[in-house]
Amino acid sequence: MIISAVITLAVLGMIAGIGLGIAARVFAVKVDPRVEQIEAVLPAYNCGACGYAGCSDYAKAVAEGQSVNLCAPGGPNTVAKVAEIMGAEVTEQEKMVAYVLCAGTDSLAKKKYLYNGVADCNSANIVAGGDKQCGYGCMGLGSCVAACAFDAIVIEDGLARIIPEKCTGCKACVSACPKNIIHMIPASRAVHVACSNLDKGPAAKKACSVACIGCKRCTKECTNDEIVMDESGNLAVVDYSKKLQVSAPASVCPMNTILVIENEFTEPIVDPAPEEEETATQEERA
Amino acid sequence: MSKQYKFLGGVHPSYNKHFTRDLATEELPLQSSYVIPLSQNIGAASVPLVDRGDQVLKGQMLAEPGGFVSVPIHAPTSGKIKKIDMYPHPSGRSMMAIEIKPDGEDKWIDGIGPLRDYENMDAEAIKKAIWDAGLVGMGGAAFPTHVKLSPPKEKPIDILILNGAECEPYLTADDRIMVERTKDVVEGAKLMAKVLGVDNIIIGIEENKPESVQKIREVAGPDIRVESLHVVYPQGSEKQLIYALTKREVPTGGLPMDVGIVVQNVGTAAAAFDACAYGKPLIERVMTVTGKGIKEPKNLLVRVGTLISDIVEYCGGMHEDTVKAIMGGPMMGIGQHTLDVSVVKGTSGMVFLTKKESTLYTSEPCIRCASCVDACPMGLLPTVISSYSVNSMFDSCESYNALDCIECGCCAFSCPSHIPLVQNIRRAKAEILASRKKAS
Repeated sequence: MIISAVITLAVLGMIAGIGLGIAARVFAVKVDPRVEQIEAVLPAYNCGACGYAGCSDYAKAVAEGQSVNLCAPGGPNTVAKVAEIMGAEVTEQEKMVAYVLCAGTDSLAKKKYLYNGVADCNSANIVAGGDKQCGYGCMGLGSCVAACAFDAIVIEDGLARIIPEKCTGCKACVSACPKNIIHMIPASRAVHVACSNLDKGPAAKKACSVACIGCKRCTKECTNDEIVMDESGNLAVVDYSKKLQVSAPASVCPMNTILVIENEFTEPIVDPAPEEEETATQEERA
Repeated sequence: MSKQYKFLGGVHPSYNKHFTRDLATEELPLQSSYVIPLSQNIGAASVPLVDRGDQVLKGQMLAEPGGFVSVPIHAPTSGKIKKIDMYPHPSGRSMMAIEIKPDGEDKWIDGIGPLRDYENMDAEAIKKAIWDAGLVGMGGAAFPTHVKLSPPKEKPIDILILNGAECEPYLTADDRIMVERTKDVVEGAKLMAKVLGVDNIIIGIEENKPESVQKIREVAGPDIRVESLHVVYPQGSEKQLIYALTKREVPTGGLPMDVGIVVQNVGTAAAAFDACAYGKPLIERVMTVTGKGIKEPKNLLVRVGTLISDIVEYCGGMHEDTVKAIMGGPMMGIGQHTLDVSVVKGTSGMVFLTKKESTLYTSEPCIRCASCVDACPMGLLPTVISSYSVNSMFDSCESYNALDCIECGCCAFSCPSHIPLVQNIRRAKAEILASRKKAS
């Protein structure tokens, strides 16, 4: 009796095994082996910077012909590896980092009312545009911090600051900011107009002690329109497509709005040597 | 008898109408400056017709409608146009406005004055008079009246409801209008009914206004139904009022005209009478200045464009511990961060609250008590919508009918954990509408 039970099960097992074996061959899904290879070299951040729903989705898209250059957070190494698998060309991508164009901390910028509500910038923006007198500035409630998957943003004295060393360039913070003052900037640039206020000088100054008042002194220090005035004429804007490696615009700014921030990615500031100026004066005197 | 006139949900805040209920309306004297915003209504802003330096007369058109859903704006007094620039606006942001320096003459433009034969005006003439006078809903929503009175042919109307509920705490402006201008309110209702081509007029008044109920009943006569409503907030909300009076339910995402009804505020009715009977444009309105934070509460007849700072001075000034100045009522009004804003056509009042009355809250987690669900007059689940909103799951908010929220505040008022439900739901509504716009 036991033997017949054992034999029955063995036969059933063999039928099932053969059936599965046939099914595995007949119904096999053709998977491009490159998809797995690409996914293995992607950083697994699943941040969405490439525009796809996670790294495996992007891997699939690349295998189907999408550009190999879209993983900015992975950095040039990742892009090179993906290109190698696909046998594609690598285009040199400049490292971009996010930057908050505002310097209005709680100590420097005035408030127009006491806000007692949801601690989120997008929600606070519904309440008369936020509690800062400057209607354009950073609200400091951390919608960007919540959006950042890499802990690259901190709030210091009511102002958001992005840590360039941690920023992967995924752009999540750019869309989280209701004031649209977070911009993607080439990591090599060190000179920034840390203000986004479009109001005329007197109104801007009343709202914040480090606001841009539109005096244009910084633009005069530029030889090639590296800093220009925006459409309203009230705000100086750095043209990041151009290289600006002098500190003069920052030193002439009467409001201390222009900041020179150097780190491991920025190209060094090269100010004209003071001796040359003295020689010139001597020559003029002679 | 009033028990039958109610709707589901609602709350009972302390009404505090005793500050001003029995005070007759005073006329605010001519002030030294008027700032008239170009955006005072739902719909397009008005377009200026005047320039800096122009001399204008009282009632003269300063700005023309910026589209069909827009109205003209008129000068509240005679004087010179000082500036057309950005000024603080009650919404909290700065917006374009016309500043007038009065010349003290207060001279009317020609053509306004003697009583016209308004009873024999036809529907088109009445509608034109209402549009030319710049009428908007004076209950606070400020929707252009001529548009409300022009429903499309596919939406036949059979009832006009006049809204005398005034359910917001503190406010007594509509109460005073019904007591002091009873005949004008009723005549205005009849004129608006003529435009719509309806015979059925119902006037709903909350039963905490017995004098108004009695006076309106006397003047309205047997052909107009006057109902005394159960006192509950938000009785004066359009959809709730319609259900309470007629048991008709406005469909989700719909408007009163979908159930054959148009609702108008009693103040708008009185203004419609002024427009037809005298050709008078909408340049002034009754508002209530009240609360423990103001020294002399009053019901005031003020001109559109009057600065709140001037009104505060006339009412004796604020107390030292006044911390909140709300334009409108405390449930749905807008907190102001400066008194340099002006009265607009929809300003029903200013409520001033002291520090003791305005506690700063901290939120606790939701305890799933469903007080908000019980209170919601629209039958929504505020706690669910709010949770999805906080987690940025706005598609789920949409499927829980966030867009049907009337932002009345009953949920936040009832929440024992002090969760800012209305702010979270407002955020969800804004995101849903923004993504719909992007998709189209």
